[in-house]
Amino acid sequence: MSASTEQSARGRRSGIIYGIVGLVTALMIFGAGGFLWLSQGGTASFVGGPFVLIDGAGGQVTDRDFRGKYMLIYFGYTLCPDVCPTTLNEMADALDRLGSKADRLQPIFITVDPNRDTPDVVKRYAEAFSPRLLGLTGSEGQIARVAQEYRVYYAQHRTGPGPNDYTMDHSSVLYLMGPDGKFVAPIRADEDGAQMAADLTKLMS
Amino acid sequence: MQVKLRWVLHCLVVLPAVVLAQAPGVHVESAWSRPAIQGGTGVVYLTITDSGTPDRLVSISSPVANKAELHESFTDQGIARMREVATLAVAPGSTVTLAPGGYHIMLMGLKQPLKEGDSFPVTLGFQGSGQVTSTVTVRRTAPPRAATGSQ
Repeated sequence: MSASTEQSARGRRSGIIYGIVGLVTALMIFGAGGFLWLSQGGTASFVGGPFVLIDGAGGQVTDRDFRGKYMLIYFGYTLCPDVCPTTLNEMADALDRLGSKADRLQPIFITVDPNRDTPDVVKRYAEAFSPRLLGLTGSEGQIARVAQEYRVYYAQHRTGPGPNDYTMDHSSVLYLMGPDGKFVAPIRADEDGAQMAADLTKLMS
Repeated sequence: MQVKLRWVLHCLVVLPAVVLAQAPGVHVESAWSRPAIQGGTGVVYLTITDSGTPDRLVSISSPVANKAELHESFTDQGIARMREVATLAVAPGSTVTLAPGGYHIMLMGLKQPLKEGDSFPVTLGFQGSGQVTSTVTVRRTAPPRAATGSQ
């Protein structure tokens, strides 16, 4: 009797583990698939959408605030030491190279780590790259929604026992959105500033 | 006479010291970092050249950060990931490059902001060669000599 109870408990436990593994795998495939689809130039209407986020002053910002301007959006997190600063520095370099054309473009950094990236932190972080770069954060729900709309994958990777001991795995792609708020094209995050500026010049007609 | 004696002393004391300073098998060069905010994380890129016996990087520290670790970034199908690397082997006659998008030193809990033009020390502990300290310069973009990618 007790043996069979133990067996069924073990069965339940392994069921839960299989469930978690399945969910994680599904998320990874969804994230990677989204990128592959993007890099093959999928149709515009599938990427992007309305968002409500929070700026450095704690005020509400929505996608509608940028109508009439292109948006260049990058998702990352401020405690990212290598990939995000590399991309954002090249982005800042591209903005410098674009000259007055950059006035038609709003570069935006959206954190995928809202727990640690408070409005003030995001603001200081973004401004360190370029005074033009707008850093946005939000509630967990707001970030989850905008990430889903942009087909952005993100997940915590634990590095220790403490609540803040983690890094983030995240999609690393720049999204160019048109003055109507619709998706124009993805831009590779590993391009240098000169290439990025050339791409933007071509895409911003 | 006195001048000569001083010269001899110089040869006996200073020259061996110079030679000893270059004795370790590993040399750390071209260390650079990027601007970062206080309380945030920073990065250090550099090259390690081993002209001696096989060695291994086992510890990293810097007075500007609470903690420093060796990490490796990689982007797989558009998803950027980063993992800690416990130790890094350096083979005789080879150079290991820590550069954007690959191996890098992650400075955690910056005690001060890192501003363009600043410099600070970083100490690398090697199993064989012991502690090697290098000066890191804060730059916005990679120095012309540094390559992109790991190794």
